[in-house]
Amino acid sequence: MSITVHNISKSYKDFKAIEAISFEVKTGELFGLIGPDGAGKTTLFRILTTLLLPNEGTAMVAGFDIVKEYKFIRNSVGYMPGKFSLYQDLSVEENLHFFATIFGTTIEENYDLIRDIYVQIEPFKKRRAGALSGGMKQKLALCCALIHKPKILFLDEPTTGVDPVSRKEFWEMLKRLQQKGITILVSTPYMDEAALCDRIALIQKGKIFEIDSPKNIISNYPKPIYAVTARNTHQLLNDLKAYPSQYSVFAFGEFIHYIDQNSDFNSQELRYYLESKNHTELDIHTSIPTIEDVFMDLTTLEN
Amino acid sequence: MEQSTIISVSNLTKSFGDFTAVNNISFEVAKGEIFGFLGANGAGKTTAMKMLIGISKPSSGEAIVAGYNIDNQSEMVKKNIGYMSQKFSLYDDLTIKENITFFGGIYGLSRKQIKEKTAVLIAELKLEEVENQLVGALPLGWKQKLSFSVALLHEPKIVFLDEPTGGVDPITRRQFWEMIYAQSNKGTTLFVTTHYMDEAEYCDRVSIMVEGKIEALDSPKNLKKQYNAASMNEVFLKLARNIE
Repeated sequence: MSITVHNISKSYKDFKAIEAISFEVKTGELFGLIGPDGAGKTTLFRILTTLLLPNEGTAMVAGFDIVKEYKFIRNSVGYMPGKFSLYQDLSVEENLHFFATIFGTTIEENYDLIRDIYVQIEPFKKRRAGALSGGMKQKLALCCALIHKPKILFLDEPTTGVDPVSRKEFWEMLKRLQQKGITILVSTPYMDEAALCDRIALIQKGKIFEIDSPKNIISNYPKPIYAVTARNTHQLLNDLKAYPSQYSVFAFGEFIHYIDQNSDFNSQELRYYLESKNHTELDIHTSIPTIEDVFMDLTTLEN
Repeated sequence: MEQSTIISVSNLTKSFGDFTAVNNISFEVAKGEIFGFLGANGAGKTTAMKMLIGISKPSSGEAIVAGYNIDNQSEMVKKNIGYMSQKFSLYDDLTIKENITFFGGIYGLSRKQIKEKTAVLIAELKLEEVENQLVGALPLGWKQKLSFSVALLHEPKIVFLDEPTGGVDPITRRQFWEMIYAQSNKGTTLFVTTHYMDEAEYCDRVSIMVEGKIEALDSPKNLKKQYNAASMNEVFLKLARNIE
């Protein structure tokens, strides 16, 4: 095990940021914490990277206790915080050199690990970090988190606010790092990124709802989901919500995902109902659940 | 149905030194339309939006927003639009009620109007129980809904929303879009940027900016057909390259 978390809780005054969280990350695994802003992801990262003490619970990271052996952990992990935290006034090259030096290594020694990423920002190596674009800052931050060849990489929302193309490239970089033997714990509010992890934990309001591979989470979801479309999407949304046996109705891009309360649900009856509401170009078909479907159902139940 | 144009952009360009951030873009947005303004980071979206809301002067070209020229009538543009920034910009250490009162005052509403608007807004957002709480303590999703409502206080003709749902939980994200739909049905025009491609599907029309130019502009349905793609995500991946 690379990370073992046992019943960790953390409160700020009356606010419970995380409540009795437990999970394990295997060596070499790409593990995702999937949840929105305010779920407690950052608090958890800070505890595991020994920047914050938990109120309760224990955790081991890279074989060391997060409280008693915190100094060893700091040498064994790389951490990329959600907020850009490099030195804005130092150049790209100077930042990288600085982080290599404080970890007692050199850029040359571990260059192999960062080469793929660093070549993309090397043309700008004399530029101040503060003057880089968002995508380049992110790449530099990742290089700095990797330069001491950590066993475990902690990435807190590396793709928030990043466009779909750059997000895709970032995940490809993570996959390559994983192949080099680095264990990765990454958090994201984008549910579609869950599918790229080996295993995920769904987290909201400080609690973990489910931990499994994305595949298992989807195949274990018990309720049939129907994707519905019609010419007038907004009216369709309102009419579906008014259908007496509806369990949940959520927009999903061009479709609306409909779940019924009854196990003997007949989609033909729903079709008649919608036709009686004058919907045209109507289509109803069963759909494979996504992580986002599961997440919304679990968090609705909780509320 | 009346189809009047509320935003009209022709040959709009903005350069910084020898870098052209926005390169000769032209498009129109109809009244009541939900217009998705997409593009990769660094494609020029924010620069273009800053010109349209009257806080940045174009290098060349022109735009009429809500009936006013952005170049020489920018103060009138600002009065007739609402803007919700990507960064939360209400006052964290004022309560919900105080924020509404403050921004109502800024927009020139009378005390009576502010009182009425505050009551309606708090009821609509179901914030009665927390109306006297500091805004800073609210969950992000509520903050964003409140910001949107505050941007609507002066009943603007157009609201510009810059990544309103980034990081917001999936249920609140959908509630936010229902607010957008409701405003659109009232005749307000919504100009929205987002990195969630499922949200691009909710727009009436979508433009995709690449390297300062508008590479594509049509309804999501037509764009998917044109680029032979199953989703807007695929359309985006086919079009947008990284320009860094």
